[in-house]
Amino acid sequence: MFEDKIIPLDVWISSFVEWLVENYREIFQLIKWPVEKILAGFDMGLNSLPPFIVILILAFCAWRFSGWGLALFSSLSMVLIGMLGFWEDTMTTLAMVLASVLFCTIAGVPLGIAAGRNNRVEIIIRPFLDAMQTTPSFVYLVPIVMLFSVGNVAGVLATIIFAMPPIIRLTSLGIRQVHPELVEAALAFGATRWQVLVKVQIPLALPTILAGLNQTIMMALAMVVIAALIGAGGLGSPVVLGLNTLDIGLAVIAGLSIVLLAMVLDRITQSMAGKNNQ
Amino acid sequence: MDKIIIKHLYKIFGSDPNEAIKMLNQGQTKEEVFEKTGMTVGVNDATFTIKKGEIFVVMGLSGSGKSTLVRMLNRLIEPSGGNIFINDKNITQLSQDDLVQFRLKNMSMVFQSFALMPHMTVLENAAFGLELAKESQKKRKDRAMEALIQVGLEGWEDQYPTQLSGGMQQRVGLARGLAVDPDIILMDEAFSALDPLIRTEMQDELLKLQDNSERTIVFISHDLDEALRIGDRIAIMEGGRVVQVGTPEEILQNPADDYVRAFFRGVDPTNVISAGEIVNTNYPTIIKKKTGGIRAALEQLNSKDYNYGYVLNSNRNFLGIVSIDTLRETVDENLTDQPIDACYLPEVHTAFEDDNMQDILPEVASKSWPIPVVDSNNVYKGVVSKNRFLRTLHKSDKNGYQ
Repeated sequence: MFEDKIIPLDVWISSFVEWLVENYREIFQLIKWPVEKILAGFDMGLNSLPPFIVILILAFCAWRFSGWGLALFSSLSMVLIGMLGFWEDTMTTLAMVLASVLFCTIAGVPLGIAAGRNNRVEIIIRPFLDAMQTTPSFVYLVPIVMLFSVGNVAGVLATIIFAMPPIIRLTSLGIRQVHPELVEAALAFGATRWQVLVKVQIPLALPTILAGLNQTIMMALAMVVIAALIGAGGLGSPVVLGLNTLDIGLAVIAGLSIVLLAMVLDRITQSMAGKNNQ
Repeated sequence: MDKIIIKHLYKIFGSDPNEAIKMLNQGQTKEEVFEKTGMTVGVNDATFTIKKGEIFVVMGLSGSGKSTLVRMLNRLIEPSGGNIFINDKNITQLSQDDLVQFRLKNMSMVFQSFALMPHMTVLENAAFGLELAKESQKKRKDRAMEALIQVGLEGWEDQYPTQLSGGMQQRVGLARGLAVDPDIILMDEAFSALDPLIRTEMQDELLKLQDNSERTIVFISHDLDEALRIGDRIAIMEGGRVVQVGTPEEILQNPADDYVRAFFRGVDPTNVISAGEIVNTNYPTIIKKKTGGIRAALEQLNSKDYNYGYVLNSNRNFLGIVSIDTLRETVDENLTDQPIDACYLPEVHTAFEDDNMQDILPEVASKSWPIPVVDSNNVYKGVVSKNRFLRTLHKSDKNGYQ
């Protein structure tokens, strides 16, 4: 019954994106620039450090926020990844995750704070967050490629969009969960809005914000792997290669490395949030 | 001296407060305003003053607008109409910056739910107001410590609020309010969340802290006993209106309307009405001379037909009671040269004017003479007789409370 009533939305969108690319390419290149620099910095840093230093840093973080158990688990996992032959790929993935999480935090925390303090902001950004989280990740790889071409930077940009919602949502939630009487008390004692934010709302929302950070890191890791489809490097590449050549062994050991890295990052950031909760 | 002057203060929750105020001024009730416009009247034309140094209790049931009224004093809630003058400054006109300064310097607040910062230690909580005012670390610590000592929390400064009992948490809340050394403290049902024993203890503590202090306290309560216990004056609110303002005695003895009367039903007036309120000043007083005076005293009692006379010195300090019988005996035995002390009745105890009727009841009941009442300087104020005592009870009964 819909044969003659089809809306050519796909055509419109295609022409809109084409129009964007034609007219605003410079602007998109401008957006790319800081991401490119930061990513390059992380990538170079992590890959030029001797592996045992990286392992030591991770183990120290694990020990600091949790204890010896997690420190041992992290070290063993990283050693295993190295012995599987994926050290460089893992460092590239880690650099991409760190770069995207950095931008997610820089943009997401202030947005979340604004949404937490102002209902109108919350109402406006909520549909965008829903769209960002539910759109299948493959779908926006296409416009990303058109706007930013392929490679690691495009992959990180796609990851930023995909991984930002949790930190915005949980920052907003954390701010909203601060008991209104505490805000009232601060105001009654002469706090400015800024003082209410930095002395009451943010400290009390911190555990929830860190839980959001943990979620964002996990989602970034998932997306960075998928971004291999648009030519991003790192642990995603061997998976895609294994898929294309039906090399099951390669795909599985690359997958195992991803899982280990994910577990290490998850446990460390979770214990960070837990530590702050006490 | 008037510290806070409140004039025609309104708070309307809704879209068009001015319209609602107009309707109220035309004599429509809160209910009518709500029915016609959907707006809620929080506070309706409140006008009264609060004096410097007093504990002023705002009392009413929940929903009577007392919390709203008090939050308008520091503009946590913006008034819809009317004016508030504090230290002759119109609070409703303050700019945002001036308002912040005013809250920092002049006014602090104590909350029912304590509202302590869970991420700060007891000391940091007590110093919170000073931190907001950007005082130096040293001054913060010194002042906060001083306040904690005042409320008896020495030694607890490094704990976190959750590690403390409810009563102790509210002591921290009180210390936070005291540390900034404000001229006004607002206390919003500050002791309502505490169990009765601790509540009484905190009330006493507050009275002690307030003793000889210039500080003005505005205390919200729904608990009548609390209001009567700590209030120098009380405002009673009903449905957003202030129905009556006065001292506890005034309100007890002359309730403004049935609402107030109903409020006081069940209050034991002997706990509230003080001896000073019901003294009889008609009883003959005898000023003691250096010698003699016994004959003159007897003559005075005979002529006025009283059985007892109250002997005072020239400063009106109370010395003793003489009865017509002891005087006559002395005269009959021709011993009138001796000082009048010889005629004093034994086992005479005075009552203080602040003692309530409950306190003086045993004395009134057990002695045949009316009980002399003095102030804290032993200056004679009058007497309380059995007759006067019973009549006061009877009158209270008629007013609706028993």
